[in-house]
Amino acid sequence: MRKLIILLSFSFTVICIFYSCQTADSVQRDAYYVNGRDLYIRHCQNCHGEKGEGLGELTPPLTDSIFMKQNKTQLACFIKNGVSKPLTIHGKVYEGKMPDFNLAPIDIAQLIVYITNGFGHKQGMYTPEQVAADLNKCR
Amino acid sequence: MKYHLTFRYTFVLAVILLFCSCKGERKLPYYGMRDTKTVTNNDGSTTVDTIYQTIPAFKLLNQDSTEITNDTFKGKVYVADFFFTSCNTICPIMHRNMKKIFDNYKDNADVMLLSHTIDFKYDTPSVLKKYAQKLGVDGPKWQFAYGAKDTVYTLATKSYLVSVAQDDNDKQGYVHQGFLILIDKDRRIRGAYDGTNPEQVAQLEKDIPLLLAEDKS
Repeated sequence: MRKLIILLSFSFTVICIFYSCQTADSVQRDAYYVNGRDLYIRHCQNCHGEKGEGLGELTPPLTDSIFMKQNKTQLACFIKNGVSKPLTIHGKVYEGKMPDFNLAPIDIAQLIVYITNGFGHKQGMYTPEQVAADLNKCR
Repeated sequence: MKYHLTFRYTFVLAVILLFCSCKGERKLPYYGMRDTKTVTNNDGSTTVDTIYQTIPAFKLLNQDSTEITNDTFKGKVYVADFFFTSCNTICPIMHRNMKKIFDNYKDNADVMLLSHTIDFKYDTPSVLKKYAQKLGVDGPKWQFAYGAKDTVYTLATKSYLVSVAQDDNDKQGYVHQGFLILIDKDRRIRGAYDGTNPEQVAQLEKDIPLLLAEDKS
């Protein structure tokens, strides 16, 4: 009996150790997420709110996962160039203008990691290279 | 015997402390310049009264292009601020917080809100109307005021004691303070709270009931 308990607790500890091991990728993603949150607070939170809830019909919320997925390659353009066309989010049309934010690709990548992994989303890593590629294709 | 004495002292101390903790009702301060007036009492003696600064008579247009004056806020406690619709720095935070007050006092007609635009070029009543509708607060409770530059800027700096200015070096063209000013039923300034600071806004939410109670007694 005693042996069994020791064995169980030992194997539990080993599993925990392995489970808590993070891959280099997820460490990088977490770093991006944390930096992205700081950038979000500085540049976006005024209008989009602490929980990405938006503000009335003036500012759209950032909680529409389907929109986030479908427009993922447009997010960098939205941030860099602003938005002046109407956007449909959660089935509601938002017509207001979003100002442009002249940020470096690395900052935009961190912001995108934050807003596509916070607010109930889980879309993983996004790199500055992807951002640079997206920016070349802005409509 | 000695113990007895210690107990007695402790008891006295406890009673003193108990009384000290019974503070009277907190009263909100009066802000702004003060003046004095000598009044003659019924028995012929004279006393000196304090005259507090009040919001002077104003005449502005609201989001419905209807004239609003002091009479619009007669007998009301109101929260005033200065903003502009295209501002995306402090204004959304201020109005997010004011909207909370708007929602909390939806059914209390004694509380109103008044937002003055400082963008006299772009924020015409129709723009304000659209803004109010989009914020979801369009109605008589929250007035959005439009006026000539001089009128609004003088009102801000001289009467509500909020600094506002046009600044061509600023990306958005205007700089202003984000204070929410609490005005009582006699047009006196009773509080100024940084509308972007959650703690100060919480204080404002605590102070409004005090002011409402004060006017009833």
